[in-house]
Amino acid sequence: MKTPPADTNSAVIRMEAVTLGSLQDPGVVVADQIDWRVNSGDFWVVAGLQGSGKSDFLMMTGGVSAPLAGSYRLFDEEMPIFEDRRLSQRLRLGLVFDGGQLLNRLTVAENVALPLRYHHNLSAAAARPEVMRLLEALELEPWADSTPGAIGRIWHRRVGLARALALKPEVLLIDNPLGGLDLRQASWWLSFLRQVSCGHPILDGRPLTLVITTADLRPWENLARQFAVLRDRRLVVLGSWQQVQSAQAGLVQELLPLQRSD
Amino acid sequence: MEDRNVGATVSLPARVLWRLPLPYALSRQVGRKLFLFLLTVQGLGAFALITIGVMVTKGRASRRVIWPLVFHEVSRAGLRLLPMFLFIAAALGLLVIGQSVSWLTRVGAINYLGTIMVIVVVRELGPLVTALLVLARIGTANVVELGTSRAMGEVEALEALGIDPVHYLVVPRVIGLALGVFSLTVYLILGALISGYLWAFIQDVALRPADYLRQLAGALRGLDFALLALKTLAFGFIIAVVTCYHGLAQPLRLEEVPHATVRAVAQSVIGCVLVDALFIIIYLSS
Repeated sequence: MKTPPADTNSAVIRMEAVTLGSLQDPGVVVADQIDWRVNSGDFWVVAGLQGSGKSDFLMMTGGVSAPLAGSYRLFDEEMPIFEDRRLSQRLRLGLVFDGGQLLNRLTVAENVALPLRYHHNLSAAAARPEVMRLLEALELEPWADSTPGAIGRIWHRRVGLARALALKPEVLLIDNPLGGLDLRQASWWLSFLRQVSCGHPILDGRPLTLVITTADLRPWENLARQFAVLRDRRLVVLGSWQQVQSAQAGLVQELLPLQRSD
Repeated sequence: MEDRNVGATVSLPARVLWRLPLPYALSRQVGRKLFLFLLTVQGLGAFALITIGVMVTKGRASRRVIWPLVFHEVSRAGLRLLPMFLFIAAALGLLVIGQSVSWLTRVGAINYLGTIMVIVVVRELGPLVTALLVLARIGTANVVELGTSRAMGEVEALEALGIDPVHYLVVPRVIGLALGVFSLTVYLILGALISGYLWAFIQDVALRPADYLRQLAGALRGLDFALLALKTLAFGFIIAVVTCYHGLAQPLRLEEVPHATVRAVAQSVIGCVLVDALFIIIYLSS
């Protein structure tokens, strides 16, 4: 049941006057009056300090939680989607959690295979070639048969990325991809995200629409194309990197920690 | 009327205490407990209905993923517990026969040995002991596993992948526990009946195997088989639903998992005992 890819520049995510609640404490308002549009092929970075609600924002965008108020449409379908008949629309979006959120009783390969097997009713053997292709592309084959507890935590997010890519989504949301990584790992992530945003062979060369959250804007200067900031319970859309640099100092100063005005 | 009776039989200080108004804090505590109890009943009922709904609507969906999980749960809640249950069956046979043989011999009613085994073991102790042991071994593990999964964000991960957590995590456990309790009860009853005869034989009771079997067959009714199957499946369903509900249905932090486990065990025991009482009424009225 393949859905046609979105047209370039058509809206894939559209939020109007959305009120965002906390995932842990659903009654608590994290941000409100969110108006946001993501077009096909965009590469967004949503920045915010710790506790600004970046993860809650991404969880709601990923359909894990519902907005408290307002309208959120994904591919013109009202979100969140829980009904089976609209599930194919929902699966056009992938989500990578900050900590990977892997299923601890499954191996790395089984974690990556799970969405493929569940949605296409495949046996473990039938899903194995596709899973190994993904693990190879993400340099994870050495850990294929290890459980998450047996590998370093920095690899969990990368396994989560492989799992999210298994269903070949058109939009990918990644929560804080560079958090806690060393330079080599961060460099791998930046390089990989650049490739998938332009078209990677594991996605049959189709460019991926990306939304990233971060607490540090600097690494994304030459990579992302659109920027927004979550601050004081508002989502402030800035635009391109030039507009980030020309934004009010108070708005982005703490998100550009090493930038000095000499 | 009630006050007069109390006044007539109870001493003066006790009468004074009896008439004192209920302390405010106590009434509030009782009210709060009652309110929480009703909320829990509502939550458990809703969760049970959701689970049944998912079992019906997704019966054949993703079967190459779900059925291996069901087999795993059947093995975990049934096959792997078999050695322990054979030991318990031997002990149960000794318990019932050891206590009843001496008394039945004294009153010359040894012909009722088979009847007692059917009433005590087949109808009551067999299913209830099985349910309580499965709850202790598997039910508690369910709450800890699911509670930890919930606290670690695995449920959100499943939802993000478009996988129904009830279908993936709860349905295999419900089927596994229902079939596990049913199968283990059958093994426990068979083991207890056999070991019961062996203990009677060791105690020099003049009872031939054919007579013992005849007594058993005479005491058993067709309804026993049907109600035994229904009761054990209901016990398994209750244990699975209550333990999964406490592990999964509400946001948990890691430090809350032990409390959730204690609550789940207490409520499972209460649920099983209530269902058992319902089946006793059915037996007595049939």
